[in-house]
Amino acid sequence: MGTLPFVLPFAELEVGQHLYWQIGSLRLHGQVFMTSWIVIGALLALVVVGTQKMERDPRGVQNLLEFLWDYIRDLARTQIGEKAYRDWMPFIGTLFLFIFVSNWGGALVPWRLIKLPSGELGAPTADINTTVALALLVSLSYFYAGLSRKGLRYFEYYVHPTPIMLPFKIVEDFTKPLSLSFRLFGNILADELVVAVLVFLVPLVLPIPVMFLGLFTSAIQALIFATLAAYYIGEAVEEHH
Amino acid sequence: MTSLLLFGATEGGLFDFDATLPLMAVQVVLLTFILNALFFRPVGRVVEEREGYVINTRAEAKKRLAEVEKLEAELREQLKEARQAAQKLINEAEQDSDKLYREALALATAEANASREKARREIDSQRESALNQLKVDSEKLGDLIVERLLSVK
Repeated sequence: MGTLPFVLPFAELEVGQHLYWQIGSLRLHGQVFMTSWIVIGALLALVVVGTQKMERDPRGVQNLLEFLWDYIRDLARTQIGEKAYRDWMPFIGTLFLFIFVSNWGGALVPWRLIKLPSGELGAPTADINTTVALALLVSLSYFYAGLSRKGLRYFEYYVHPTPIMLPFKIVEDFTKPLSLSFRLFGNILADELVVAVLVFLVPLVLPIPVMFLGLFTSAIQALIFATLAAYYIGEAVEEHH
Repeated sequence: MTSLLLFGATEGGLFDFDATLPLMAVQVVLLTFILNALFFRPVGRVVEEREGYVINTRAEAKKRLAEVEKLEAELREQLKEARQAAQKLINEAEQDSDKLYREALALATAEANASREKARREIDSQRESALNQLKVDSEKLGDLIVERLLSVK
């Protein structure tokens, strides 16, 4: 798509352009890694600051961290179940926090002020590579969760209530990561595009409600991704009777 | 042309898969381990310690409350007993003092009676002796009168 025919100084639309880094024979999307490092850095800074001096009466950032922890624990516990949620809580929580901070960072930080030779900075989750990586990690984890908890009996799940389910369950293993990754990618990219197009067409006032809507979808998408990941893991470790 | 670029046929595009994918996966796995060590474990420890503390404190408070209620009942019982004992003591003391009063009264009455009796007897004996004396004197006087009369003759 490149740039549209006429160009305003503050609004420019670039889709599908990347800042390529070449490491050996590997090609990387530099802008994705740059923002993801900022996201990870922000997360780690928050966590390190909040866990510095933890007390029984929480103060300052510790309150926020405990709220997040409690929220993630509830999410993991309701989806995975009492028995196995402790093992998977860090993974679910990391997914949630990483996606949430990525999405909101993409929506809130004026990345455009930083000029790149090619492509532009934005939410790491607006790149298909990131979302597919996350979705494949979820697939691997639920296989690992099922196999490590139940051994080969995990595959009973494929013929669970009747063997007729077998082809559907096999198809599900492919559709799960596909839907997870495309849902997140599509929502975040679409949000960025809508805002960009609106800013491009009507640079004042009008984009603001859409930006708020974007913040809302961003948060919801993070929650949906984490909840579904937890649900898949919970499905894999669940005992059938 | 546009759609071709969008779907990443050659260079760039939205669906441009490359080494970003596995490296991002590795990055997220690393982040999971780091957050587990820096966030989930320590915060979980603090939260669970607090939950344990709250549960313990509540149980202890309940126990103490029960103890206090038991003690209160005991004290109330003791108070009742003490009141009853005091009442009994007062009654006894009243009875004692009453008895003492009666005894003292009886003693005093008896003493008074005795001394009155003694006085009466004394009066009686004195009167008697006076009477005797008078009798003797009158007899003497009579005799004397008779003698004088006889001697005159």
